[in-house]
Amino acid sequence: MSQAKRPYVRPLDFKTRKVDMTHGSGGRAMAQLIEELFERAFDNPLLSQRNDQAVFDIPKGRMAMTTDGFVISPLFFPGGNIGSLAVHGTVNDVAMAGAQPLYLSSGFIIEEGFPLADLKRIVESMAEAARAAGVAIVTGDTKVVEKGSADGLFITTTGVGIVPEGVSVSANNARPGDRILVSGSMGDHGVAIMSTRENLTFETEIQSDCASLNGLVARMVAAVPGIHVLRDPTRGGLAAVLNEIALQSGVGINIRETDIPIRPEVHGACELLGLDPLYVANEGKLVAFCAAADADRLLEAMREDPLGREAAIIGEVVEDARRFVQMETTLGGGRIVDWLAGEQLPRIC
Amino acid sequence: MKYVEEFRDGQMAKTLAAKIAAEVRSDRRYHIMEFCGGHTHAIFRYGVQDLLPPGVRLIHGPGCPVCVLPIGRIDNAVELAGKKGVILCTYGDLLRVPGSNGMSLLRAKADGADVRMVYSTLDALRIAADNPERQVIFFAIGFETTTPPTAIAIKEAKARKLANFSVFCNHVLTPAAIVNILESPEVRKLGTIALDAFLGPAHVSAVIGSRPFEFFAEEYQRPVVIAGFEPLDVMQSVLMLIRQLNDGRAEVENEYTRVVTREGNVKAQALVAEVFELRSSFEWRGLGQVPYSALKIKAEFADFDAEGRFPVSPSQGKENKACECGAILRGVKKPTDCKIFGTVCTPETPMGSCMVSSEGACAAYYTFGRFRETQTDRAAS
Repeated sequence: MSQAKRPYVRPLDFKTRKVDMTHGSGGRAMAQLIEELFERAFDNPLLSQRNDQAVFDIPKGRMAMTTDGFVISPLFFPGGNIGSLAVHGTVNDVAMAGAQPLYLSSGFIIEEGFPLADLKRIVESMAEAARAAGVAIVTGDTKVVEKGSADGLFITTTGVGIVPEGVSVSANNARPGDRILVSGSMGDHGVAIMSTRENLTFETEIQSDCASLNGLVARMVAAVPGIHVLRDPTRGGLAAVLNEIALQSGVGINIRETDIPIRPEVHGACELLGLDPLYVANEGKLVAFCAAADADRLLEAMREDPLGREAAIIGEVVEDARRFVQMETTLGGGRIVDWLAGEQLPRIC
Repeated sequence: MKYVEEFRDGQMAKTLAAKIAAEVRSDRRYHIMEFCGGHTHAIFRYGVQDLLPPGVRLIHGPGCPVCVLPIGRIDNAVELAGKKGVILCTYGDLLRVPGSNGMSLLRAKADGADVRMVYSTLDALRIAADNPERQVIFFAIGFETTTPPTAIAIKEAKARKLANFSVFCNHVLTPAAIVNILESPEVRKLGTIALDAFLGPAHVSAVIGSRPFEFFAEEYQRPVVIAGFEPLDVMQSVLMLIRQLNDGRAEVENEYTRVVTREGNVKAQALVAEVFELRSSFEWRGLGQVPYSALKIKAEFADFDAEGRFPVSPSQGKENKACECGAILRGVKKPTDCKIFGTVCTPETPMGSCMVSSEGACAAYYTFGRFRETQTDRAAS
């Protein structure tokens, strides 16, 4: 990334130094960290005013707001790191209201002794992700806690955005007859993360799908303003999201296993680990529900976007007082796709 | 995915289902027990039952290592995990199994015990090597499939003189459990459980071979087909069993020829024999004390036996009175016959072990198959 060179003022040593308690104390060290790292990377006029808050005009209409804490381990993974994830995750949560995200805030809780070099890498990828998504990180907070009080680095981001007129997307809007679409392959992020966990060393080419979906959502909303439901299947994967929607909308859901896009590598890793890809997390995918008559148009619009090229219609909404999510398996039999119980644990036999 | 998808193919399943339907006789029923939890999981995961005619009933056997572990052994493990300086390593499924008074390793962990989930015994060895000041105990469970890796870990620990590594051994044996079921009064004398044939274990047979099953087929006149864990393996094996029953044969046949031989994995068998010997008796949940049904660590490797190294108080283990795991494991009852199934006992708050592992009959039934039950309930009401 190219940054404009500033005059030499004994800059922070990002190569060898570590975060210490002074970086969160409100003194000169903290001011320097904010100036030389955060302001420089996030680079926008609202942040540079150095107020405790950002003040901005809002367009007419309704706003969407969301917040999310990121406590991922490991901090760096194939295809991204906690910084890019903290931007994509919150941008996506705003976008799932059909909204166009505008501004983010970011709160950092840093463990004493955290390498400044890692912090720089993370902040720079946050900046890059925000630029790519067209949002600005306009206010923030930095805290340093004693060694042992946090695991390296936690980031919380809050986002606001504008919901276009006529758009009303909500997880309680699914209706019998609706078609269910996914924007691409399921389980990439979770498997990429698992591949780097210390006790699960296996080699894979899989990259996290970590991406901001607001561009894709804008395209979808333009094509079908009456989309009923949008959700990004993060923790708990597709299975969790479908169960949430079934519950919130009071409907049943039928899906077809053969129609759900899953990469062969993800399938393979899940086979080895005894996991079900339907429960594995995604960070750059969405699930959409729309009226049957709109489904083909929506699918076409999704496939025109680079992040929706592998979009597919995977099932439909039915009436069911039990609110079951059911699936026709590849074999042709039926099963429930249930809520995940506890953590997804590997089978042992 | 190559070598996996082929065994889950919908078209092939239709063809097999048609063959089964054509060969099933209308004047009899077919009661087939799948011994292994791996089969139970596959049957529910892919909805195999939907493709079988109503006269074919699959009975879910006790071959789920987590399910058959008696509560007392869980209590022992919780006690071991709570000892000062101990790191207890185990396979993930075990963490949530409730012991006495609802205590589990997961709760012990929340209370401060150092309990770690590992994927292999070698991970436990690595943890021992990395933490020389701690005592690392591997909580070993499983049938013949998971025994050779434990043997390797013990031999390796001895070779590397890892004095802080030991194994809490709970390895059990498949043939002894099958004999126990066949000898049970419900099957033998009372005839209250109809049990016509067995789907033989897949991975277990890869180690011990198909030969040990020849005895039951002959002695108890029950056909056995060694079946792979993929859904088409199960369907093909059901077809083979139906043919045997129709012909009045009781033989051991091997459907899983791509992995299983008659002799099994001789190297693995030798390794197990080197490190382990038979226990004269071991308690199984549901089956009670079963003679010569489990393994213990040989005296030669006693240094690595956690039961010798750490004093553990004997625990009777208190079962939840309403829990029917025992009867379900013997095939006497179905999960839905249990009063607390799906009400008090769910995968989130399991009362019995069958609701914990995805290979347990109750968990498989609840997680994948409960829409069938409500369908019949509706039809009946």
